[in-house]
Amino acid sequence: MSVARTWRTRKQRYALVGERCDYCQNAIFPPRDVCPHCAEPAQKEFALSGRGTVYSYTTVFDPPTGFDAFAPYPVALVKLDEGPMVTAQLTDIMPDQVKIGMPVEMVTRKLNEQGDEGIIVYSYKFRPQLQRQALAA
Amino acid sequence: MRPVYIAGIGQTPVGEQWERSLRHIAHDAIIPAMRDAQIERADALYVGNMLSGELVGQEHLGALVADFVGLRGIEAYKVEAACGSGAAALRTGYMAVAGGLHDVVIVAGVEKMTDTVGRETTAALAMAADQEYEAAEGVSFVALNALLMRRYMYEYDIPHGAFGYFAVNAHHNAAGNPNAMFPNSITLESYRKATMIADPINLLDSSPICDGAAALVLVSEDYARSVGNGRRPVRIAGSAVATDSLAIHDRRDPLWLDAAFISSRKAYQQAGVSIDDIDLFELHDAFTIMAALSLEANGFAERGRGVRLAEEGEITIEGRVPIATMGGLKARGHPVGATGVYQVLEATLQLQGLAGPNQVENASIAMTQNIGGSGATILTHILVGE
Repeated sequence: MSVARTWRTRKQRYALVGERCDYCQNAIFPPRDVCPHCAEPAQKEFALSGRGTVYSYTTVFDPPTGFDAFAPYPVALVKLDEGPMVTAQLTDIMPDQVKIGMPVEMVTRKLNEQGDEGIIVYSYKFRPQLQRQALAA
Repeated sequence: MRPVYIAGIGQTPVGEQWERSLRHIAHDAIIPAMRDAQIERADALYVGNMLSGELVGQEHLGALVADFVGLRGIEAYKVEAACGSGAAALRTGYMAVAGGLHDVVIVAGVEKMTDTVGRETTAALAMAADQEYEAAEGVSFVALNALLMRRYMYEYDIPHGAFGYFAVNAHHNAAGNPNAMFPNSITLESYRKATMIADPINLLDSSPICDGAAALVLVSEDYARSVGNGRRPVRIAGSAVATDSLAIHDRRDPLWLDAAFISSRKAYQQAGVSIDDIDLFELHDAFTIMAALSLEANGFAERGRGVRLAEEGEITIEGRVPIATMGGLKARGHPVGATGVYQVLEATLQLQGLAGPNQVENASIAMTQNIGGSGATILTHILVGE
């Protein structure tokens, strides 16, 4: 992604800032300005908690350009507690340990590097919920 | 609206065409289609293509191809709807003839995918998905389909091996198609052992990266009567398109292809046919999971039962719902922006009794469905042999 595009989505990538619809009160992520549930304008910022569960997952063995150094890596559809679903990489877990329904939480991680002259892109990834892990132990 | 007929067809073999460039393979489909329809000019040319800009560094395909095939001067432009580009070009041509603006239109689908290395092509294909919130996270197009397949297996308690029937059927049918990329038979055993790409999707769940072009000549009813190449007239009786969110994560139910449901219902209604009337269905089996989801959203199987239809042998040429009758995306090949045109061309061959060893007996109504992205644009066409 270009520098401007990365900068423009910084609140989303660093803090999962979406929106909440004033009319139907649904949480929305990523932000889209028109509520997908009721088609009313929705521009009020709302930060999601970053907690959710794994809806589905896979491992990327054959990565697109820019992600070669990280492959293979696990990715998932994460159903956030507030309702929206997000597509993201998983981290701090081996691919064969991932399960559907597993509680996960958002962390900030390096997504990729764009060479010597380029920027380093950081984004959200999801890891198993630490508190739950501690309780289980 | 005026009735629209398919008066001529042309195609190149699907595969790695190292010696032919994008414009050459377009030529190799369009000229045979024009000869087949016995025309020397057309009112317009619509080129379905997804990735020429990214993989060949060439846009502006309408003028380029029109000039290259000797049609300099006519109306021409590219139509893009990701992997649904081919059927989107067809729909554009259909609207032009049905609406009375043109009498003779050429629709060509063309894609050149083998001039780049694999990772570049993989990154380019991900442009069919949401670039900012799917692809940007390093999630490939295959991985998006793997997310759907994993969830499907979980919700309906279906083992991966059951999807193998789709791949086996596609390869079996490709053996009877001289233009198919993979005319080799495979077994359920080789399916189970295939290389993993994005689990649970393996190599034999996936359609290949390849080059190819296919072309159709569409004409009005009066024109069809005046020329005619002596074959059974094939009419486009239904044409519909519907859209959904680009990103899977924005769908209310990721395992339901809403745009397939909507566009197929519109097409059935327009054509005045019910699902039981359809003799064959060229569906968009880019991945085996897409074949299952398509059978369900279009009404051929209940939810969670699409794979069973394959297991029970209903999808073969002799079955109740023959699919991928010339190999499908899996084994004929999936030159993305050309696929939608190949599907309609193959359905036309079936309706004219020209499908050789793959002929579906007494075929008179065919359905084709071309999908852009992971279900965001879905185009359905119903063809009737008269």
